[in-house]
Amino acid sequence: MAETTMAAGAAPGGEDLKRRLARAERRKKLQAGALIMPLLALMIAFYFVPIALMLYRSVDNSQMREVMPRTARAIAQWDGKDLPDEKVYRAVALDLKEAREKHVIAKVARRLNFDKAGFASLISRTGRKLARVDLEKCTSCKEKLISIDKRWGEKPWWTVLQRGLKDYTLIYLLSALDLRYDDENHIVRVPEEEAIYLSIIARTIHISAAVTFLCLLLGFPIAYFLATAKPAVRNVFMIVLLLVFWTSLLVRTLSWIVTLQDSGVVNSFLLWAGIVDKPLPLVFNRFGVYVAMTHVLLPFMVLPLYSVMRVIPKSYVRAAHSLGATPWKAFWSVYVPQTLPGIGAGALMVFIQALGYYITPALVGGPRDQMISYFVAFFVNERVNWSMASALGLVLLILTASMYLLFGRKVNIANMKMG
Amino acid sequence: MALPPHATIGQRVWHYGFRVLAGLLFVFLIFPLATIVPLAFNSGELLHYPLQGVSLKWFHEFFTSEEWWRAMKNSAIVGFFSTILATVLGTLAALGINRADFPGKQLLLALLISPMMIPLVITALSLYLFYALFDLNDTYIGLIIAHAILGVPFVLITVSATLQSFDPNLIRAGASLGASPAKVFLDIIMPNIAPGIASGAMFAFATSLDEVVVVLFVAGPDHRTLPRQMFAGIREQLSPTILAAAVVLIVVAAVFMAFLEMLNRRNARLAQPMEPKG
Repeated sequence: MAETTMAAGAAPGGEDLKRRLARAERRKKLQAGALIMPLLALMIAFYFVPIALMLYRSVDNSQMREVMPRTARAIAQWDGKDLPDEKVYRAVALDLKEAREKHVIAKVARRLNFDKAGFASLISRTGRKLARVDLEKCTSCKEKLISIDKRWGEKPWWTVLQRGLKDYTLIYLLSALDLRYDDENHIVRVPEEEAIYLSIIARTIHISAAVTFLCLLLGFPIAYFLATAKPAVRNVFMIVLLLVFWTSLLVRTLSWIVTLQDSGVVNSFLLWAGIVDKPLPLVFNRFGVYVAMTHVLLPFMVLPLYSVMRVIPKSYVRAAHSLGATPWKAFWSVYVPQTLPGIGAGALMVFIQALGYYITPALVGGPRDQMISYFVAFFVNERVNWSMASALGLVLLILTASMYLLFGRKVNIANMKMG
Repeated sequence: MALPPHATIGQRVWHYGFRVLAGLLFVFLIFPLATIVPLAFNSGELLHYPLQGVSLKWFHEFFTSEEWWRAMKNSAIVGFFSTILATVLGTLAALGINRADFPGKQLLLALLISPMMIPLVITALSLYLFYALFDLNDTYIGLIIAHAILGVPFVLITVSATLQSFDPNLIRAGASLGASPAKVFLDIIMPNIAPGIASGAMFAFATSLDEVVVVLFVAGPDHRTLPRQMFAGIREQLSPTILAAAVVLIVVAAVFMAFLEMLNRRNARLAQPMEPKG
């Protein structure tokens, strides 16, 4: 100890102090780690792992290999030029027969049919016929299968089968972008009448952008009013805003349905005033979606705008006036630029939230107003196609994350607290 | 923003015109809620004006029907336990993040806050697929964990905010005067960050009480919460009982708001030196 102190020379005990400081610093870090760990563990186990698994599910194809293990092995070596050889045909016959006995053949049929229409009937028909065939005695499975269904003699079906037995598949992701494989394994656009998802993605972005614009249009004057009103007036209006903000999303959506329905207050008024002679369709269409979503998301625009406007010194605008700017010019080139951080934060918050909206459009929109989230739920609940749901989930996640990565840096997310 | 006596006509028009515009915008905000409240007291079954009479029967229906009662019970159970979980873990993590600087701190914070930004349907689908592996769908515990994760970001944000205005010298002062770390935590840190913890807990509870997408995916018929029950009602058949439920939830919102406002005032007093002057 004495030696090191001597070596440190100038400051006796300096080394010791340094070491003690380092130890204290290390202890602090360990404490910090121990405090964060429980939450981090929970989030990893119940949030990040599930999301990773969901994303994996959109390309995972292992189920097919489990049901048709022999075919998967045999067909991997097929060069794709001529029809596969007897070995592959035999593997298919054995796998399908077994799959039928185990009652899992429908899985294969459905999965392959997703890639190429008609495959479901080919598989189930083959399985049915094979049930009566003793494959031990069968000399040529190739002839047998082709006699059951001549499609087994056509190459495109084999291309699909080979593709369908790889470890991973892109068909769901491609499908989510209106793409598919053709018979030569090239990626092509689906025919126009089958294309749906790109227009759904475009619709999701369109509705979100429109709602963000509407929120800015309505939110700016509200925030400006709050920032400039007398404290007593401001308190009253702030209470209104916060009450609406704290009210359940479902309650607000419900109240717009009641308000905008054919016999609702708005239509009753229009009829009474003689402005229209039959009720306007105000809900269960795009108009209803815009109104309800704007109403629900408006506080997320107003609150960040207000917190920025509150601290803008009035003297700047006054200075502009005194230097001869017109009121409009002073407002537009002096006041508005100072609110840009608030506009950015509010717009990003509204837009990102709108992208993922499901409940409100599902309740106040029509069939042509549904966004990506709706179709994720649709594939889980109606189609029981988890892979397709996951693929659409991945698309939605990429949309949201790219918005955040593009603009999130400029807007500190932790400051976007509500209220 | 009072109008000066020498204001021009243009300024006057703008002054009053803007106030009318702002008033209309606030009418837009409150209008739908104001519309449904009286309808919940309608004595008839119709969901539009004029009222056929005034009665409390839909509230009676709401509080006595088995379905709605079970939904309320489920919401209370899930909300209570998920709030506890989110608040305890979130507060500890906020203290940890505040305690030391380490590489990747910003990234960690962004990850912990991400449930607030990632679309609910993604959370819901992921948990549904994940829970399917462990038979956690249709269970309270699955729902509670899901809602806790959704509530954590709010606790992190509110507690971190109070910690930022908390003077760490107070901890040193306490320690130098001989207080044990536990005593320092209970007597010095806790009272100072309590408002932040409380408002974080309020947000977490409100999130759970309002959440329906995750419930739609992972909860079975026995675990329907209040908003899930309302969702089913709106989808199938709009009834005045749903309006009664809505009014109850509006009252709950008002209570939350009042409580949070109280906490904010306390916070503001504590944090006064940090408040920007403008």
